[in-house]
Amino acid sequence: METEVKNTTSAGAATMAQKVETLPSERQTATPEVKMSASDLNLWYGDTQALHDINLDMYAREVTALIGPSGCGKSTFLRCLNRMNDLIPQVHIKGNVMLEGEDIYDPSVDVVQLRTFVGMVFQKPNPFPKSIYENIAYAPRLHGTGTSRSELDDLVESSLKRAGLWNEVADRLDTPGTELSGGQQQRLCIARAIAVNPEVILMDEPASALDPLATATVEELIHELKDNYTIVIVTHNLQQAARVAGYTAFFHMGRIVEVNDTDTLFTNPKEQRTEDYITGRFG
Amino acid sequence: MQRRLTGSANDPLIRARYRRESRFKAYSITALFVAFAIIVAFFTDIISQGYSAFWRAEIEVTLDYNERAERIGRFAIPEDLREIVSRGAVRSIPLQIRNNPALAGTSRTEWVPVYSRIDQYLKGKEELPPALVRQVDELKAAGVIRTTFNWAFFTSGDSKLPELAGIFSAAVGSLLVLAVTLVFAFPIGVMSAIYLEEFAPDNKLTQAIEVNINNLAAVPSIIFGLLGLAVFINTFGVPRSSALVGGLTLGLMTLPIIIISTRAALRAVPDPIRLGAFAMGCSRWQVVRDHVLPLSLPGILTGTIIGLAQAMGETAPLIIVGMIAYIPEAPTSIFESATVLPAQVFTWASEPRKAFVEKTAAGIIVLLAILLTLNATAVFLRRKFERRW
Repeated sequence: METEVKNTTSAGAATMAQKVETLPSERQTATPEVKMSASDLNLWYGDTQALHDINLDMYAREVTALIGPSGCGKSTFLRCLNRMNDLIPQVHIKGNVMLEGEDIYDPSVDVVQLRTFVGMVFQKPNPFPKSIYENIAYAPRLHGTGTSRSELDDLVESSLKRAGLWNEVADRLDTPGTELSGGQQQRLCIARAIAVNPEVILMDEPASALDPLATATVEELIHELKDNYTIVIVTHNLQQAARVAGYTAFFHMGRIVEVNDTDTLFTNPKEQRTEDYITGRFG
Repeated sequence: MQRRLTGSANDPLIRARYRRESRFKAYSITALFVAFAIIVAFFTDIISQGYSAFWRAEIEVTLDYNERAERIGRFAIPEDLREIVSRGAVRSIPLQIRNNPALAGTSRTEWVPVYSRIDQYLKGKEELPPALVRQVDELKAAGVIRTTFNWAFFTSGDSKLPELAGIFSAAVGSLLVLAVTLVFAFPIGVMSAIYLEEFAPDNKLTQAIEVNINNLAAVPSIIFGLLGLAVFINTFGVPRSSALVGGLTLGLMTLPIIIISTRAALRAVPDPIRLGAFAMGCSRWQVVRDHVLPLSLPGILTGTIIGLAQAMGETAPLIIVGMIAYIPEAPTSIFESATVLPAQVFTWASEPRKAFVEKTAAGIIVLLAILLTLNATAVFLRRKFERRW
């Protein structure tokens, strides 16, 4: 875990790549607890390398935003964190990703178990074509964390409440999840992820398919969830990153160009490319 | 003001474009009309030939269970009517008397079918000698001959006497064959498709298997008959002509259809559903069982019904495994000799006697009605459970 210093707010004109080599003693004392960290992560789709030497710490009970132009590797990186890339044939990964000291790419790791610790919300709301109740109760029942009907009832209620959806759907838990509005569907997906009681929630552009109002609701929700979960969010929307994330990493061409606390990254970027991107010169 | 938008009538380029368009439209409409006319002609011909088989002429006759009738049933018929009453109606009289001796010496009056040539004459399809014509016309005028709905066509099996021949045994045979086909091809087909679509890695081997399955669907059906003969009858000793061997042979033929349609149904389930389930920590089998299969089931069933409908209309492979047989009694198990509806149609079509022409057409009508019902069910299922994302 000695390489985890690189995305602190420590001062210095050095680039992030150089910062990796800075000494642990330079680590800012106020640095929060690291929940997940990637070190020297490389990923290939067949012969094409999509990620180059990614080093990134994600802090507990913080929102880390991954920004960058299309095809920069931010979604690919996000899917490394719960090993969704395993589903794509010909993906080859080198390096490691730690979840509180455990390497999630260790051969002894059970992916099914990993995904109960690291939940995921997708770009397009994808509720199961089942009732709202079933959408949430499905996974706990599967994993044996909720067995009796009353346990599941409680879990459904608390998950929906945390996702801020309870008041809207409490009286129609039997209607199909697919009949909700887009924003409600996305919150249902978040509730579904929460119901498994994960520690980390990955969000892949969770609001990009939603209208501005629904987006605001989801962003508010992310803000609240931050108190209990570690959140990593991929977004195309720079304002969104600025609004919800404590830390932001800027990806470009499969590399992390710069990572810092969000305020600093947006107001005082150290890299020319970062500045060009956030000021809209490309992307 | 000069109008610029109405000058196309004078523009040769635009006029030529419109001409080409209307010509193309005319060709298309003609093609559609020809196709439709062929279908209408086909149905009109079959129905006009076949509908008469659903009626038959009966005669009211007093059957006399005399001594001679104890040996030959024909003698129970009054002498002047022996040319008119069907032999088939009285051939069981000796047996009846043997089983119940009390019948001997009695007589009874009942409606029995007439001889097929008389039936055909009454339907205007066959000529009779003038004397017979006169007699039949008199009987008809006297109300002794009537025309009723031919229930026997649906309740009896094949017969060498056209007036007694029915489709019952062939229908039962078809049902048994289809049941065997379904039990054999459905689980194997669906399982193979699930493996190929959801589990198999995409490599040279699975690609080769895919290509071959697609090719298999295009193999002429008679080849499957030869395969069935070689494998099921010669190697495994499955009884020849039985519904079992027929069903297995048609199962081989239906298998690729079920695999292909099941794969299409599985592919139609959007990936986000799978990804969502995986992200919840589902294993691959849980994803398939709880999410993919329920969504693709209507599609799988539709494909299966269409495959079965195709199998049901198939004759060629069944000829090879001996299912083109004279089966007067409906089979009671899949091991007994059986025939199927299209094979029955084929048998009747090769009969020289005129009375079998309408039987053939009626058999086709029944077969078509069943196939249209099956296909309509498939369409209904697809419409009812279709989901859009």
